[in-house]
Amino acid sequence: MLKILKYSIYDLLRSRWSYVYFLFYLLLGFVLLFLNNDVNKAVITLMNVIIVLTPLIGTIFGIMYFYNSKEFTELLLAQPIKRSNIFMGQYVGISLSLTLSLVLGLGIPFIVYGLFRSAAIFDFTLLLVVASFLNFIFVALAYNIALSTENKIKGFGYAILMWLFLAVVYDGLFLISLIAFNDYPLGKFSLIATMFNPIDLSRILILLKLDFSALLGYTGAVFKEFFGTAFGMVMSMLVLSLWVILPVLNINRKLRKKDF
Amino acid sequence: MINITNLSKSFGKLSVLENLDLEIKEGGIFAILGPNGSGKTTLIKCLLGMVIPDKGTISINDKSILKKWDYRNELNYLPQIANFPANLSVNELIDMVKDLRPKTANETELIAHFGLEPFLKKKLGHLSGGTKQKVNIVLTFMFDSQLIILDEPTTGLDPVSLIHLKELIRREKEKGKTILITSHIMSFVDDTADEIVFLLDGKIYFKGSVSQLKERTKETNLENAIAKLITE
Repeated sequence: MLKILKYSIYDLLRSRWSYVYFLFYLLLGFVLLFLNNDVNKAVITLMNVIIVLTPLIGTIFGIMYFYNSKEFTELLLAQPIKRSNIFMGQYVGISLSLTLSLVLGLGIPFIVYGLFRSAAIFDFTLLLVVASFLNFIFVALAYNIALSTENKIKGFGYAILMWLFLAVVYDGLFLISLIAFNDYPLGKFSLIATMFNPIDLSRILILLKLDFSALLGYTGAVFKEFFGTAFGMVMSMLVLSLWVILPVLNINRKLRKKDF
Repeated sequence: MINITNLSKSFGKLSVLENLDLEIKEGGIFAILGPNGSGKTTLIKCLLGMVIPDKGTISINDKSILKKWDYRNELNYLPQIANFPANLSVNELIDMVKDLRPKTANETELIAHFGLEPFLKKKLGHLSGGTKQKVNIVLTFMFDSQLIILDEPTTGLDPVSLIHLKELIRREKEKGKTILITSHIMSFVDDTADEIVFLLDGKIYFKGSVSQLKERTKETNLENAIAKLITE
């Protein structure tokens, strides 16, 4: 698996898109810092961009890589290598190279600006950790879709729909339900509903770390009580890990029955 | 060498292989023929473990290969469409495949055989279809394995390279290798194959030597013999 990982990272590092992605984050980092002139504010703006964009890029990259390397994967499948190792190598390769683009692209401007002298270093680190999780989660979800859809166009469509659902529609449904059941205590419900969407979970996690809970009213207080504690933090990280582990297990399950 | 019993595979409602039995002895060139959609590629992919059969058994040298992967070290496969990562150069691809397989490779001679030296540093994305196929052939033949499976090996090759390929196949045969070939180019099959396995509707319709086939169909030309086999 390490060999496949090595080659898929090598392949991706030579592709134009990794650099475009890296340069995009580099530019974003510099622009935000020099426009805001404040690391804290930059982290918040960055969060808003990252929480929507990272899943989108992860999804598109994952699905594109799968379909584009189909013939090459077939070449690998004929070699004496275990099936699951081929796909796990590719999966980790994509997720890692995306994470690398992100961490370097954002890390450099923030370090240049003087991150180490600022109090925002923990918030910023949390942001990077969450974004890395989102990369791993959405590439895994994209691989799940790609493995069950032969048709490239359909697969692409489903992947985008999945992203749209988790990034936009889910929030809408969530809000509607909050308004509809306004008369009931919704703290627990919101908390659980948040867990079922990695994007929401990441957003809330960062928002609360940045101490914006007052904006969220009573629910915010419930959230704060949960996420603010070490227990909440561990729980959220655990749920984010589950969001990686379960799709990855499902990839391996699908692979056992898949024809190429 | 290869023993297949009761092999069945269907994709959705379409049944591709139906209770297929096939035995292939060690040594010699076996051409797997049949009209489009007769299950040739599916049969080969079952052998490679890329397609998972619904039922039946496949064993190579008396060992079942289903759900295994290490047996592929003793097998060389030439895929039908040579499409490699466009970012890699020919040299890097060869090194990579060498790295992925534990066996030692002797690619230098093969590269010279097909005149690929000027292309070694070129990116695979910039190569023509025929040159890619030559790279594909080098990747397949650079390892010394007892079983060689070639899926449409002649695709895109010019006449000179075709002669080189035939020579290569002949040499491997002389070493006592078992070679399975699928092809639609009958003159190529006529030149190379010792035995013909004819697939029709997911079953073995005919198995025997080229001369036996000609005798049975009372045709002197292999192309006509096969055409007669399909229509009879």
